[in-house]
Amino acid sequence: MEMQDVIEEGYVGILEDLRKRSLWMLHYCTACGAIELPPTITSRFDAERFGIAPFVTSRQSDILLVTGYINIKTLRRIVTVYEQMLPPKYVIGFGSCTINGGIYWDSYAVVKRLDLYLPVDVYIAGCMPTPMAVIEGFRSLMKLIDEGKANGWKKYIEDNAYYKENQRKVLG
Amino acid sequence: MVEKIVLVLTPVLAFFVGIFLVGFKRKMVARIHRRYGPPLHQPLLDIIKLLAKKENISHGVMFDLGPVIALGASILTVLFLPLPGFKLLTPYGDLIAFLYIMVIGSLGMALGAGESGNPNASIGIARALTLMLGYDLPFIIAGNTLILKYGTTSLFNLMNAQSNLHWNLFFLPLTAVAGFIATYGAMGEHPFDVVVAPQEVATGPMVEYGGKHLGMLMIDHAMHVYIETALFVTLFLGGASNIWIFILKQLGVVIVMTLVDTVLPRFRIENAVRYFWRWPTIFALLGLFIVYLGG
Ligand code: SF4
Repeated sequence: MEMQDVIEEGYVGILEDLRKRSLWMLHYCTACGAIELPPTITSRFDAERFGIAPFVTSRQSDILLVTGYINIKTLRRIVTVYEQMLPPKYVIGFGSCTINGGIYWDSYAVVKRLDLYLPVDVYIAGCMPTPMAVIEGFRSLMKLIDEGKANGWKKYIEDNAYYKENQRKVLG
Repeated sequence: MVEKIVLVLTPVLAFFVGIFLVGFKRKMVARIHRRYGPPLHQPLLDIIKLLAKKENISHGVMFDLGPVIALGASILTVLFLPLPGFKLLTPYGDLIAFLYIMVIGSLGMALGAGESGNPNASIGIARALTLMLGYDLPFIIAGNTLILKYGTTSLFNLMNAQSNLHWNLFFLPLTAVAGFIATYGAMGEHPFDVVVAPQEVATGPMVEYGGKHLGMLMIDHAMHVYIETALFVTLFLGGASNIWIFILKQLGVVIVMTLVDTVLPRFRIENAVRYFWRWPTIFALLGLFIVYLGG
């Protein structure tokens, strides 16, 4: 029994190590922050050298980038997209708007904290975050995956009632 | 005995060579963009990651079988290709059989993608089959030119007939150009990448595939790259005396293709078919005519 645990742990360890080198992101470009993604991906900052490539459908991606303020209308789509993605999946909150509403903190149409509705693994602060900050965010996500701490998707399954309750509160 | 072992191991070899070619291509594209680019083994990492996904979403039996049929067709196609010094599977008519089997993969994908019910998938697969109509015409004419010239349909004999620099590239340049453009279209490079066009149809037939399905499709893609380049090397670049030269020639084909691929935008589907039915077909017909006159 114990032997099996050791083997399984080693297997998962190796897998995490490989997994962090290949992350496909779904850039759900909800708002202004998305404009920082092209320089991050193209020649100057070259995210592909970490194995991070943009992908277009939720079925194929590992990271959900929520780039900026979230309208109540958009939240519905974001939740759908997140639930369509295949686990293990990670969420990156991008810009101050996802942390506390940013400059839209008193708007009636904007939800303020992303992690009430989805389990966020990494936040990238800034309005808007520079490509350097974005790359740094990716690096910290890779580090978390390596240490086995990027468990947002498990949390979403375990605390599903909590997240659903919060979502219901704003979406009605 | 050796023949049988080689036969069994060929798909594995094809997979790894294909992975290497795909990785090389990604690196090269990055360098042309003046980027550093992903490591050479990046496609392998992608495949491992996809195969290690926790869940899989299925839309039905045919949806699951689609990638299996595609991969199975690729493995079968690999077995028909001659390796340097080895004649795999079937004694007669393998060029013709080859051309037929290569289609099965696309049909499998069509059935699988069709069941997913996603409109992007249907559009993608319609484009794939239409494009096939385009590049198959010049390719079949080019293949028939070779059959006419050498009087054989065996890929192994065609390969051997070109030893000592008697490459078809030098002696039948028009046919070779037609064959190259057709192969290029079959690989789905720019400007013929209408099928997967991420900006228009969100990777087309693959749109609903994720996780292990997509992993299998990526394995299939790697083998497909091997098949297309190997076929071109066998038919026009004189094959090779050992496996390393063979891979080197495949790499050459990939390099030339990537150089073109990186700088071109995308055709619309009707333009792509029109292009195939015009230039490569004219070249192929001229080549056929020359061979016919020359005896
Ligand atoms: S944090 Fe700033 S840049 Fe990002 S969405 Fe909000 S206002 Fe726009």
